[in-house]
Parts: sequence; structure tokens; C-alpha cells
Amino acid sequence: MAGAKPKSKAKGDAGTSGGRNTSLDLETSTLRETNQLLQTAKAGEFLVRNPRGTHALAAGLDGDIDVTIDGHVGYYCGGMNKGARITINGNAGTGVAENMMSGRCHVKGDASQSAGATGVGGLLVIDGNASARLGISLRGLDIVVKGSIGHMAAFMAQAGNIVVLGDAGDALGDSIYEARLFVRGKVASLGSDCIAKDMRDEHRVVLRQLLDAAGIGPEVKVDDFKRYGSARKLYSFHIDNLGSY
Amino acid sequence: MCGIVGLFLKDKKLQPQLGRLTAAMLHEMRGRGPDSAGFAVYNAAEAGTSKICAVTSVASFDWATVADRLQKATGVEVKVRVLEDHAVFKTRGDGEAARKWMIDTVPEATVLSQGQSVEIYKGMGDPDVIATRLQLSGLTGTHAIGHTRMATESAVTIAGSHPFSTGRDTCLVHNGSLSNHNRLRETLKRHGERFQTENDTEVAAAYLSWRMRSGDTLKGALEHALEDLDGFYTFVVGTEHGFAVLRDPVACKPAVMAETDEWVGFGSEFRALAALPGIDKARIWEPAPATVYAWGRN
Repeated sequence: MAGAKPKSKAKGDAGTSGGRNTSLDLETSTLRETNQLLQTAKAGEFLVRNPRGTHALAAGLDGDIDVTIDGHVGYYCGGMNKGARITINGNAGTGVAENMMSGRCHVKGDASQSAGATGVGGLLVIDGNASARLGISLRGLDIVVKGSIGHMAAFMAQAGNIVVLGDAGDALGDSIYEARLFVRGKVASLGSDCIAKDMRDEHRVVLRQLLDAAGIGPEVKVDDFKRYGSARKLYSFHIDNLGSY
Repeated sequence: MCGIVGLFLKDKKLQPQLGRLTAAMLHEMRGRGPDSAGFAVYNAAEAGTSKICAVTSVASFDWATVADRLQKATGVEVKVRVLEDHAVFKTRGDGEAARKWMIDTVPEATVLSQGQSVEIYKGMGDPDVIATRLQLSGLTGTHAIGHTRMATESAVTIAGSHPFSTGRDTCLVHNGSLSNHNRLRETLKRHGERFQTENDTEVAAAYLSWRMRSGDTLKGALEHALEDLDGFYTFVVGTEHGFAVLRDPVACKPAVMAETDEWVGFGSEFRALAALPGIDKARIWEPAPATVYAWGRN
């Protein structure tokens, strides 16, 4: 598919030297050419047009760059991102910002399943809804979802924060370790070993910082959220369970 | 894996383009299912007539003789059109007797569909080659469903390719695998359903046919399926006037839908929908788990 397309016709200064306002078009460039250019760029702003649901777009970025993607993307967009600020003017398929290390990823539409899965650091903001398995095995990434999220979010999440302005689906935080979950709406059900917890001042500070970072104003109040986290009965060593180990 | 596409046209002006649009969607899902592919196209024939689609793996098969024998057996006029390894028989009435006769007496043929509207075509190999060989782009109609297969539950054969049809004008494509199909097949056999393969999806198709024969609407049949089918599934179902989507409660298998005033589209991935006319203004969403989405026309 992509291999049959003609060579890249990127406009502007680009490549390892960095570029300003580089425009890329997947109608005229291959996915591989586009990704190679983005992956080797160390500075600059990039606009990618006509993504048309392409997979693995802007994955593996490793530079202090701004990438705007104009349209809907396929699987794993922004995966493994290290340092780049990625904006998707559309919906994202499975695994957006999967295993993100640092930087920022902003989905202006909805995200499909496994958004931010295994993420290590940085911030993922989803303006719409996210479907199942958001932030599974989260390891330090912060996620803010302005809409609602599907089932099995934060499954085995170890570190990081998930903020949801809408509702959460079934089995939220199943087998969770030490990630923090803040949900403003209803939670359909909590997963195994996930419980509602008191919101202390230190949590209010963290939550406010996350809302600010996601561009959410004071009209959204931290006291409207509930905090959820691990009951610490499933994963920690407990002498009474010795026979089960 | 497997790829699914579906297109239900609301705007009559698009009907001449149905096959071309479906072929473009199927092309995008080629990588999800390189083993085999198939498609169902709904295009209503004259009232009181039926079409029966069949395929054979026998080279230069004598379909004309089958048509003659079928005419003698049923006592009504039968016409046949042959396209590659497929044949479409046209006859009067609901075609039920013709379907049964062909399953029972023509072991060289696999019956793919029966109904006033539906025509099903399928084959093994590259989905693009199949679509070209079976002239999908030239087909017109009201709605279409397509499938690219990466086999997991049964052999790669023409008969094991999707869509599956076990009832008049009803067909089903499936991404996933069912775990209770063997027992359910036996139950459905006792209710009189006929099976031509060992495939799990054929069981799901027969289940829906049985529910609808028992009085369920398409939506009702799918709601019952949530209780009785065990396993992973994203289904797209076509009926004479309708089109429906259902995902299992875990929603393992991907699905994206889009709707405009002109059409409703389904794809395993967004890229299957990306070339549809007016996609930029479409409402796009991911169907929720265990929720029936259905469209119909009167």
C-alpha cells in the first residue's frame, strides 16, 4: 500500500538538522518516509495531512518537536514518544501513545482501546471519549480524558494518574498497583482490589495540576471527583496468604 | 484477525456505486485477512422471485445441467447465470425448496445464499484478486457486507469463507471465534437448521436465522445471541431491508462506525471508511460492547 506511493515531497527544511513549519502529506509521501523524517527531527514544527487511518504514524519520536496530524489516525499513533508534542485533529485508533516515555499527546476526538497502555511518562489528553482498556499497565504516564472511558481501564496500572471527567465503564482499576484514578462521573463497577479512597489535599494539588496541564479551567472543580486506587490486598505479600504463594 | 466492512446506503443515488465503494473498503482490510474473502450484495429482484448463489471447486462444472435438474425437481422455471466458479440461479417462490434440493443432491456445490435480494460471492486468496475476478465493483444495490479472513477455527476453504447465510436474505460476517459452537450446532440441528461446514460462524448465522424464524426481529435475535453465544465476536449482519452490528461484552475485536445522511458504514479499522464520500463530515464512533446497532428501511 504505502510502498507503491511516490517519493516524499516534504516542503521546507527538515531532517536531522530540524525544521520550522514543515508540511507533510501522506497523499504524496509514504508512511515510512514521513515517520523517518519525524523520528530524526530534533526541533521544529510539523504538520501531517491526510493520515486516513494509517497505523503507527508518528511512532517512536525522539525530539523536542511539535507534530500536528490533521485527521483520523490508525493504531499506535505516537507510540513510544519521547519528548515530542503531538496533536491529533481527529480520532485515534487502538493504542494511541502506547508506551509513551515523555512529552505530550493530545487527541482532539475520541480514542479507541488501549490508549496510553504501558505509558511511562508525559501527558496524554483525550478531548472525547476513550473506549476499553485505557491506561492498562500504566507505569507513570498521566492521562486526562474529558469524556467517558470504557471497561477495564487501568488494569494492573502501576504508577501515574488517570483523570476522567465523564463516566468509567466496568472493572475500573482491576488488579491495580499504585496508579491514582480520579473520576468525576459514575463508575459502572470497580475491578478486583480497586476501592474508592479519600481525597486528601495532596491529591487535590495533583489533580488540579493535571487539569491545568490539560487546559481545563476552574469551572471543573477537584472536589467533584472521587479518587480510586489499590486496596493493596492482592499484590502485596500477606502472611495469611502464605499457602497461596 | 479478519477484516469486516459494511455499507448501508440511505441515498438511492449512491446505489450504482455500491460495489465500487465496497471493493475499496475491502481493499483496505486486505492485510487483516489474506487467506480468503467474500461479500454479500443486496439488490432486490422482481417480487415473487428468488436468487440462489452457489460455488463449486470442480473445474468447468456443468451448472446448466444442475439448473435443468432443479427445474424438474421443483416444477418451476429456473434460469442460471455463471460467473467463474459461481452460479446464480433465479426461480419463482421463496427458493427454500431449491436451496434444500441443492444441498441434498449436488455435493459438488456449496450453497452460499438464497433470497429475493442477497447475492453472496467468496473465494480463497488475495481479497483484491477475488473482488476483481468476481466483478464486485460492477455490482449495484442497497447494502453490502464484506469480509477478509485470517482463519483460526476451521480450514481455509471457499465454504469456510464469509459471509455465511443460512436463512432467506440473511447473512453474517464475523471477526473472532466462538467457543460453544459445537454444542450449539447440535441444538440448532434439532431445530431443523442445515449446516454445510464445521465453521463457528455458520453456527452463529444459523442461530440468528432460527431466532428470526421463531419470530424475533433482527435486533431481538442479536440480543438473544448475547445470552447464547460464548466467545469473541464482532458481527455485521445483513437482512433484506436491514443492517446490524454487535460486539461481544469484552469487545476484543475492533470496530469503527460512521454515519452520514447518505450512508452507514462499518469497518474493522477506520482506514476502511476513509475513502467513503463525505467521510469528513460523518459522525464517527466506536460501537459499545454488548450493544445492538441496527438500521433498516421500509
